[in-house]
Amino acid sequence: MRRDTRLLMGMPITIEIVDDVPPETMEIAYRYFDAIDRRFSTYKTDSEISAINRGDIGDCDASAEMCEVFAIAEMTRLETDGYFDIRRPDGKRDPSGIVKGWAIRNAARLLARQGAGNFYVEAGGDIQTAGRNGEGGPWIVGIRHPFQEDQIVKAVRIENCGIATSGSYVRGDHIYDPLHPEARLTDIVSLSVIGPDVLEADRFATAAFAMGRDGIYFLEEREGLEAYMIDTAGRATMTSGFKAYVA
Amino acid sequence: MKRIARIALLSLSFVALAAVQGAAQASSLLGIINTLTGSGDTAATDMPPPAAASANPVQMAAATAKRVLRDGTYTGQAFDAYYGMVQVEATVQNGQIAGVNTLQSPDHRSTSRAINRKALPILENEVITAQTVRVNLVSGATLTSKAYIRSLNSALRQALH
Repeated sequence: MRRDTRLLMGMPITIEIVDDVPPETMEIAYRYFDAIDRRFSTYKTDSEISAINRGDIGDCDASAEMCEVFAIAEMTRLETDGYFDIRRPDGKRDPSGIVKGWAIRNAARLLARQGAGNFYVEAGGDIQTAGRNGEGGPWIVGIRHPFQEDQIVKAVRIENCGIATSGSYVRGDHIYDPLHPEARLTDIVSLSVIGPDVLEADRFATAAFAMGRDGIYFLEEREGLEAYMIDTAGRATMTSGFKAYVA
Repeated sequence: MKRIARIALLSLSFVALAAVQGAAQASSLLGIINTLTGSGDTAATDMPPPAAASANPVQMAAATAKRVLRDGTYTGQAFDAYYGMVQVEATVQNGQIAGVNTLQSPDHRSTSRAINRKALPILENEVITAQTVRVNLVSGATLTSKAYIRSLNSALRQALH
């Protein structure tokens, strides 16, 4: 078993591989995250996204990876009625809401191609699993307690799928409602979404969180997603299929 | 500001906003009712008070059953609901309010969702409690990344000396 945590893309990224694979396998995944960071970080002036936002690179000349991320972002914008929108009020684009889940999913695929069958990739609380844990059972993921950071409020089985949690108990304005950018968010503090993979979970967790209390109904309506929403009073609401995942 | 205090402040402002929006919508609707019945006196004693945020304005208006409404479609005045203007249009059929259409709303989508709320599924809810189940890892919004970076930076700064 091999586990490591490294700070990349502005957050701790943890990879645990149960299979007996060479150290290089994990290195390949971390190198991938580093390359993604160099292309997509809005904090790096020499990243591709920064060049696009300055107008140095036109959309038609952007890389295949950038075009893919923009396409997923646009699809998400349409599917969420504009609640997910990578375009900021100043006109610049910040695709980090797509990139995180997308990169984790891709890193997991990289590991699988290297022959790893039992692992997880976790970045900033978003997780993609494969196979079984070190004890031969399903990966059990805890949902963090929004008010007691060293506690969990739920444990779920995440088997070859993804889970993402959006929360307001962190950076004040890391998620906002693009349709009302001047408004602070509503009275929900945490929304965890389970999806067929971490990209699906992440993009819809971000959008649904911006919808406030309506988000859980949006997720209930969508096929293939289950969710657990917690409000400021510590009351949780779950989609009808969520309980099937509870460990 | 402490996290809990900030959350409390956010919830208060949300509740206040919902109340203001509801009141604005109700005021616009009351304005229509007064026009329909030829009464210019908005302080009529048998008029119901402005609706609470949670009251459905259609139901509230229907409660003024003793008034006879003229059939037709009427546009209410626009009122300021803090984030924007609210304006409704009411349709009367057979002397009763048959429908209310929102012409202007700071968030039109949430208005229509609220009115249709009876069509939404009832979802299970519970009070959260700390669990003692053993887990392999935790999913949560990135709690420590800022602290992590600051801590790392301070360590690196020491390393430079």
